[in-house]
Amino acid sequence: MEVLNEMTIDFWSKSQNEAFARVVVAAFASQLNPTLDELADIKTAVSEAVTNCIIHGYENETGIIRIKSILRENEIEIWVQDWGKGIEDIEKARQPLWTSKPELDRSGMGFTIMENFMDRVEVESSPGKGTIVKMYKTIKNKK
Amino acid sequence: MGVTFKVYNDFLIVNLKGELDHHMARMVSEKLDEYLMRQSFKKILFNFKQVNFMDSSGVGMLIGRYKALQKIGGKVGAINVGKQVARIFEISGLFNIIPCFNDEIEASEKM
Repeated sequence: MEVLNEMTIDFWSKSQNEAFARVVVAAFASQLNPTLDELADIKTAVSEAVTNCIIHGYENETGIIRIKSILRENEIEIWVQDWGKGIEDIEKARQPLWTSKPELDRSGMGFTIMENFMDRVEVESSPGKGTIVKMYKTIKNKK
Repeated sequence: MGVTFKVYNDFLIVNLKGELDHHMARMVSEKLDEYLMRQSFKKILFNFKQVNFMDSSGVGMLIGRYKALQKIGGKVGAINVGKQVARIFEISGLFNIIPCFNDEIEASEKM
């Protein structure tokens, strides 16, 4: 499928940037003319991925988070990347309700929500090096 | 973004305003702890009227409150839950532990 547009942003792993990241990706995605529900889904998934970078990847230290997004005719692809501590066991991390930080009031629902709101979620990670979450969603163009 | 508190009968109503993500959830939790140190409540009602976005960090915050209140025989409820927030409640199973009502009047009758 032909690439229509692409963007990359880098920002610090500060919790204020969770809202920033959601809004930026939603604004970019709006070029595909998505419905309000599709936009809400994208915002929620981005929020989860970025929050993971901040809390788990960098454990509240300052690091860089990179979001790359590609628009195709009826699909958005979003990569959310950090160079933090990485995930030891990806399969476990993706299980509903599982969290490595229960003491912090974490629900363990981050990946479950990403999977529910996007069509496909891929996770690449290596301990000590970082994590990339790749998410894909079909946009049913309203026309 | 903010949080204000209102006492209604034996309820503490927590009025949330903004997007309930990790950033806001942390702030709400701190402010709520401060409030509860001065006066304790067994029934807490989160008002979502001015919340149009929540993610799993909001879920974590609500589950944390539910567990804390459960220990002292208390209850947590929610009112004015909108569409996006309702979807998160559903996916995360929050509806099973945190009852939702139209408003504080209905909550005070049923909770």
